[in-house]
Amino acid sequence: MTEKTTPLWEVFIRSRTGMAHRHCGSVHAADAEMALQAARDVYTRRGEGLSIWVVPSSEIIASDPAQKDELFEPTASKIYRHPTFYEIPEEVGNM
Amino acid sequence: MYTQALNARDTEAGAVEDADRVAAFQARVDAEEKIEPNDWMPEGYRKTLVRQISQHAHSEIVGMLPEGNWISRAPTLKRKAALLAKVQDEGGHGLYLYSAAETLGVSREELTEQLLSGKAKYSSIFNYPTLTWADIGAIGWLVDGAAIMNQIPLCRCSFGPYSRAMIRVCKEESFHQRQGYELLLEMVRSSEEQKEMVQDALNRWWWPSLMMFGPSDTDSQHSAQSMAWKIKRFTNDELRQKFVDATVPQAHYLGLTIPDDKLSFNEATGHWEFGEIDWDEFMRVIAGNGPCNRERLAARKKAHADGAWVREAALAYSRKRADRREAARHAAE
Ligand SMILES: [Fe+2]
Ligand SMILES: [Fe+2]
Repeated sequence: MTEKTTPLWEVFIRSRTGMAHRHCGSVHAADAEMALQAARDVYTRRGEGLSIWVVPSSEIIASDPAQKDELFEPTASKIYRHPTFYEIPEEVGNM
Repeated sequence: MYTQALNARDTEAGAVEDADRVAAFQARVDAEEKIEPNDWMPEGYRKTLVRQISQHAHSEIVGMLPEGNWISRAPTLKRKAALLAKVQDEGGHGLYLYSAAETLGVSREELTEQLLSGKAKYSSIFNYPTLTWADIGAIGWLVDGAAIMNQIPLCRCSFGPYSRAMIRVCKEESFHQRQGYELLLEMVRSSEEQKEMVQDALNRWWWPSLMMFGPSDTDSQHSAQSMAWKIKRFTNDELRQKFVDATVPQAHYLGLTIPDDKLSFNEATGHWEFGEIDWDEFMRVIAGNGPCNRERLAARKKAHADGAWVREAALAYSRKRADRREAARHAAE
């Protein structure tokens, strides 16, 4: 690491409701330990979380918004992946 | 508001952009879709947002100064804890907003440099001094109250990161306003002298608070484009009127007089009508000649310079540890 600017970290927090870690913002910090401390101060001042992940922003690989159609469009036509596609007689009860 | 100094237009850049892309972008905005950092956007939209979000961030950070001035002199431990928490929140708001601005391709260092060099603006309100403890109550009630009026519609801003930052901020603002109003209520009920202090604070903060909403609609060339892009949802004058309507009854409840002899309730419209803002004062403060502009900037510059060795040491330490890890890995191989 030879950069002069303070690195950027993405912050993920798991709330007390037992949800998955969720992206909530970013912080600048010289190292991982300071990033965790900064994330705690900036994003959990009111008991918003029980667990924090920090990830160097430069390590995030994102899909290209321009490819949105080819990546996600094909699933729209696959209605047979949903339970409502199948007819079950009412007498059978809940399924 | 916190971005009231948006004077110049940046829309000219749109002229060279592909008309189809611009139209597709506008269609997404019109359909209330959120625009995310990696999506294509007109250059004017990007520039407007970088400027607006960073001015908003600078305002939160500079806004810590007038209130920070009273932390060590708060009258009780309860008030001190509340004020400390509020000022810390404002620092947090600044950081959420800087992060949102950075998603548009500008670095934190550039933004800080723009503030410290005086190139970037921040809200005019923070260039007024906090002379008495009642000013702390007046700031929470009026300044945070005005900020809430402005920030609630920004939660629906078309740019995703700004909108999400505003949702976090709005969740925290309510405490700011309530602690200020409660503090004033306690003062007006305590003694005649304290009530006079509160009236004096209102006299000094009322007009600057109304100025927070920026120039009147007739002088604000920015509004139309920002409204079309759904960055803004209401005009400056609409927000100012909402604020006056909400605040006048609160002042009356405190037994205070709004320092405006033109103030009157219009039964027909259901709105409070008020006198003309001193726009010369507004322009003077925005231009850097308010009561505390130099002091505020000097304080920020000093804090930044005083912290330089900490930033350098932290980076040097992280480099040293990375080098050691690297050396240990080589030794193990
Ligand atoms: Fe704030
Ligand atoms: Fe606030």
